[in-house]
Amino acid sequence: MKLTATWLRPVIAVMLRYCYLLRGTPARWIPVFAWVAIDIVLWGFITRYLNSVAASGLNFVPALLGAVLLFDFFTRVMHGVAVVFLEDVWSRSFLNFFATPLTIPQYLLGLVVAGTVTSAISLVVMLVLAAALFGLSFFMYGLALGPFLLILFLFGISLGIFTSAMVLRLGPSAEWLVWPVPAVISPFAGVFYPISILPHWMQFIGKLLPVSYVFEGLRKIISGGAVPATSLMLGGGLAVMYVLLACWFFRRVFRHAVRTGILARYSAESLS
Amino acid sequence: MDGVSFEVGRGEIVGLLGPNGAGKTTTISMILGVLQPDSGSIVVEGMDLATDRAQALGRTNFAAVYAPLPGNLTVRQNLRVFGLLYGVSGLSERINALMGQFDLEKLGNVKCGVLSSGEQTRVALAKAMLNQPHLLLLDEPTASLDPVAAREIRARIRQFAVSGAGGVLWTTHNMVEVEDVCDRVLFLSHGRIMLEGNPKTLPEEHGQATLEELFIAVTREPLTQE
Repeated sequence: MKLTATWLRPVIAVMLRYCYLLRGTPARWIPVFAWVAIDIVLWGFITRYLNSVAASGLNFVPALLGAVLLFDFFTRVMHGVAVVFLEDVWSRSFLNFFATPLTIPQYLLGLVVAGTVTSAISLVVMLVLAAALFGLSFFMYGLALGPFLLILFLFGISLGIFTSAMVLRLGPSAEWLVWPVPAVISPFAGVFYPISILPHWMQFIGKLLPVSYVFEGLRKIISGGAVPATSLMLGGGLAVMYVLLACWFFRRVFRHAVRTGILARYSAESLS
Repeated sequence: MDGVSFEVGRGEIVGLLGPNGAGKTTTISMILGVLQPDSGSIVVEGMDLATDRAQALGRTNFAAVYAPLPGNLTVRQNLRVFGLLYGVSGLSERINALMGQFDLEKLGNVKCGVLSSGEQTRVALAKAMLNQPHLLLLDEPTASLDPVAAREIRARIRQFAVSGAGGVLWTTHNMVEVEDVCDRVLFLSHGRIMLEGNPKTLPEEHGQATLEELFIAVTREPLTQE
C-alpha cells in the first residue's frame, strides 16, 4: 500500500463528502460545538463550587475539569469517526460507495481523517472555554499532554471503527450501539477516581483500557508526581493494538457482508 | 444463481431479461463486487474481481433505480465525490462535459434528494459515465421515466455503445426497449440462463410472435438452452 496521490483520491472523496455535509447543514455543527461547550460549562461550575466548599484547599479544576475535557475529546473522536460512517447508513450510500474502486483501508482512513477534523475543532472549543471561563491551563500537564491526547485519539479511533463494523454487521438499527460506548467505558477508565478503588474485576477491565493510563497519569501530575514512561507506553501500545484489531474486525465484517449479501440488501438488516 | 456464464463485448449492449426474482439484480450485484458468488469468477478486461477488485471496479460503473445518489449532496458535489472515488483525472472538465451532455447545468447546485425521477436518472447516468467505464451496468434505468425521457436515455446509451467506449449490460422489463436497443439478450429464470440470442430473431426461432410472448413462455415453461 503506497500513499500516492492516486491512492489518496478516494480517501479525499470520503473526507470531501463529509465536508460538503458539514458545510450544508448547520445541525451537524451542534455536536462539534454545543455538547462539549455544555459539558465544560457544567463541570466548570461544579469544580468551582467544589473548590469553594472543600476544606483541603485542593484545586478541582485541573483534576475534574481537565479529566472531563480529555474524556470529551476521546468521546468526540470516537463519535466523529462513527458519524462519518453513519452518514453512509443514513443516506443509503453503501451500494454506490462500495461498487467503486474504494478499498477498505482507504475508506477507514477517510473516516478517521474526517472524524479527526471535527474532534480537533471540539478540542479547541473546549480548551478555549476551559481556559477563558475557569482558568484551566493545559501547560500544567507538561509534556505528558501530547501522549495523553495521542492515546485518547487512537483509542477513540479504534472504538469508532469497531462500532461502525458492528452497525455494518447488525444493520442500521444497531446505530444505538454507537452512542453509549464512552459512558459504558467511563466507570472502568477511572476518569474521576483512581482505578485502585474499584473491585478487582473492574480494575482488570480498567487496565485493558488505554484511557485509564491517561487519567491515572493526570492524577499523578496533579499530585506533584511524574507519569511513568512505562505507563504511557503501555497505554499507547494498547491503543495501537486496538486500532489494528478494529481495522481487522471491520475488514472481516465487510467480507462477511459481501459474502452473505448483507451489503447489497443492507436496509433489510438481515437476510433471514 | 446456477451456472450463469456470459460475456459482454466492447460496443455491445446485452439485455438481461427475466421475471421478478430471476436473479438479474443479483447478477449485477455480483459484477459490482457487493455480493460474492459461491463459485466461479467475474473478469473485467482480464482482471479478476476477486483478486483485483479495485482495478476491475475502476473499469466498471452502474446506474440503478434502487441505488440513488446521496440525496443530501448536490448534483455537482455528488459527481465530484464519485469522480474522486473512481480516480477520474481532469475531473472538473469531465463533470462540466457530463453536465452538458445530460442537461444538468441548471441543476448543479440542487440537492439530488429533491430532483424528479427523470432528473435523478440523468444524474445517475452522468455518474455512471464519469470514469468512461469499459463495462456499464444499468438496472432498469428507464423504469421511472416518461416515454420521451426514456427514449432520450436510450439514445444516449446507444451512443455510448456505438462509440466503442465500452459494453453495456442492461436489465429491463420493457420488451420494446430491448428490441430497440439490445444487440443480444439473455433470458434468466430461476437463477439460470434459459435462452440467449438476437432479440429481433429469437422469438421466431422459438415459435413466438414477439419478444414479450417469448418472455412469458420462458417464464411459465422454461426451455432448455439447446
